[in-house]
Amino acid sequence: MAENTNSPTSIPDNTSSPTTRILGWVTLAGLALLVIFAFFVSPEDSRQTADGTIIGQFDAVRLLYIHVPSAVFAYVSFSITGLGSIIYLWRRTRWWDHVAHASAEIGVIFCGITLLTGIIWGRPVWNTWWEWGDVRLVTTLLLFLIFVGYLAFRAVPNEPHRQARNASILAIVGALNIPVVNRSVEWWENRTLHQRSTLADLKIEDETLLTLMIGFAVFALLFLWLLVHRFRVAWLSKEAAEAGLEQALAERRAEASSSSGAEVSGSSRAEASSSVEARS
Amino acid sequence: MSARSLVSEGFDSLKLAMDYAVSLRSAVVLLGRFPALSGADISVERGEIVVVRGANGAGKTTLLRLCAGLVALYAGEGEVLGYDLREAGSAAKDWRSRVGFLGHETRLYGDLTAKENVEFALALSGRAALSARAQRGGGLRGGGQRGRELRHSTATGSPSVAASALERLELPERLHHERVSRLSAGQQRRVALACVSVRHPELWLLDEPHASLDADGRECVDDVIAEAAAAGAAVIVVTHEQGKVFDNLRTATLAGGRFMEALP
Amino acid sequence: MIAPLRAVALIAGKDLRIELRSRVVFNHVLPFAVLVLILFGFALDADSDALSSFAPGLFWVAVLLAALLAIGRSFALERADGALDSFRLANISPVAVFAGKALAVFVQLLVLEVVLGIGIVVFYGASLEKPGLLVVAGVLAAAGIASAGTLYGVVASQLAVRETILPLLLLPVLAPVLIGATRAFGDAFGTVAVNGWSWLGLLGAFALVYTTFGALVFGPLLEEG
Repeated sequence: MAENTNSPTSIPDNTSSPTTRILGWVTLAGLALLVIFAFFVSPEDSRQTADGTIIGQFDAVRLLYIHVPSAVFAYVSFSITGLGSIIYLWRRTRWWDHVAHASAEIGVIFCGITLLTGIIWGRPVWNTWWEWGDVRLVTTLLLFLIFVGYLAFRAVPNEPHRQARNASILAIVGALNIPVVNRSVEWWENRTLHQRSTLADLKIEDETLLTLMIGFAVFALLFLWLLVHRFRVAWLSKEAAEAGLEQALAERRAEASSSSGAEVSGSSRAEASSSVEARS
Repeated sequence: MSARSLVSEGFDSLKLAMDYAVSLRSAVVLLGRFPALSGADISVERGEIVVVRGANGAGKTTLLRLCAGLVALYAGEGEVLGYDLREAGSAAKDWRSRVGFLGHETRLYGDLTAKENVEFALALSGRAALSARAQRGGGLRGGGQRGRELRHSTATGSPSVAASALERLELPERLHHERVSRLSAGQQRRVALACVSVRHPELWLLDEPHASLDADGRECVDDVIAEAAAAGAAVIVVTHEQGKVFDNLRTATLAGGRFMEALP
Repeated sequence: MIAPLRAVALIAGKDLRIELRSRVVFNHVLPFAVLVLILFGFALDADSDALSSFAPGLFWVAVLLAALLAIGRSFALERADGALDSFRLANISPVAVFAGKALAVFVQLLVLEVVLGIGIVVFYGASLEKPGLLVVAGVLAAAGIASAGTLYGVVASQLAVRETILPLLLLPVLAPVLIGATRAFGDAFGTVAVNGWSWLGLLGAFALVYTTFGALVFGPLLEEG
């Protein structure tokens, strides 16, 4: 809105840089590669037991190439949010607050993907959409809801410093709560359906392992790319707001000339210097 | 960052800040992104009453909240009662207990009586024990007595600190035990000012102390303010009224978050 | 500056005195909680077997819903006139403010639990088998809810949307309390074959963690910026 071309910190008009552009293209190519590997290169999961029956996850196994990496990076995101929040409270650098916020948004999306693919996968494999007895599933759902609350809190207009501080506290409390939730859910049902060690349980073909590794790599790139851009958006909006401050100050001071007429008649007070020592 | 340098230019630092109860130089306060104060300069000596006027939204309430240490200083400099406003953290804000703040809205508990409200303010301030000892002639060492002050303050026979503060503000005695929510706006105003006065602040920050008061009430409030100043407290009064005491006082006018001029 | 313990007593005493006089929790929140129990009765088709076996869980859901209102009320007292400012101005230790507010909520929750406990015996036909376990679990869970609730209550109270955001922020965090307290009560009422005493550790740990953390961060939470 304001012309800031002469401002000492000139604000770029987009969030990309040569590095992130390359990163973006590599990520996109990686996603295409992952689709090809997940659907065409890797085999379906089927094993023959000793008595000759065919068991396995069949095509549902292909969901794991998204489910597992997105779950891992959801937890990575929330860890970064927790870490960023601690550092923000400690050092009070806005930079870390923006990292925490950006990471939480990505974490919620990844966590949502994890839950969605988990539900879809559960239907053919466990024969149920949702399984309350599964510790990781329930814990992840609560983690998701806690950070949905965190984002909702951040979306409410608030004084910027107070918002950053309180959001940091919420993130830390939320992260601290995860082990407690995990323990309590585990004791609650005392059983777990989840693939304790997915990789060991499956008959790991070379292609399966390779596809999963591609999935991890692609999600790492995707996470990085999203984080950088989301962070830059947050940073730019902060910069824009601060660049607007000078203008806001000028506008605020200009109110004097328009509004003070009713108070005391007089002239050219608006041009008075900022230092008005009241006593003579 | 350039805003900070912009607003901190050209202030006169010859005077020692410690001489003043309040000294602000190019003070900027942001409420969100809005500069409620855009470079306010004011100095108030101990024992002095300053009247602050200004249109709605001129930054009067923010000025008082800044002086009470309730909002942070964004740019510029300021000291209150000798303490630097730029010091952050509640540990560095002990001085706030020496400030009395009467907000535009009264900070009273509607379901407590007038007297209970004043007693609560008194007890929070830690002055209850002192006052109780003073009333008993200062002789007794009342360590165990402190906890009972809230309930037994009237048992001593002499009127309690809270009751005398309410009497000083001319709240009829029959209303002392009335719930505040049943009092009129003007009566609530008196109770709120009594809550400030029992703390014996060194700096009084009063936002529209005359609001909804009748002529007698205004005069009474003016007297209380004048007494406080005579006892050495600094007073900043935000008001639209032309009170008895206020006509010949130093007046500063806020507009657009700055002081525009001074009337001698 | 007054002694922290005295400040705790002052603030909690003030809140409870206001409650005794205004009876908002007693007249509004308590009947609401009982109403929730009755609604469960309708929703579960008055099948008394189901009601008595679910009684512990339904009890704690009713407690959580009522606790949201009680916590909101606790801060509405202060928020109406920005009175939390007066604690800052009086230089009261934030730890004392936290403890005082939480203590008053804790006491009110205990009263709620007693009434709802009678409620599930009367309406759901629950039969008490281990009163000691019931009392300890009830006290520990109330302590956890009160301390976590006070922590989130002050965060929410500073926002214009405080009524709608408090449940979203608080309820996921209270999930372990719901799980633990329901299991402990399940054993106390003989509806689940678990060792209820083993859940007290979780309830105690939750209360301890949130009381400690609440006391630590309440100071910054009260300040602006």
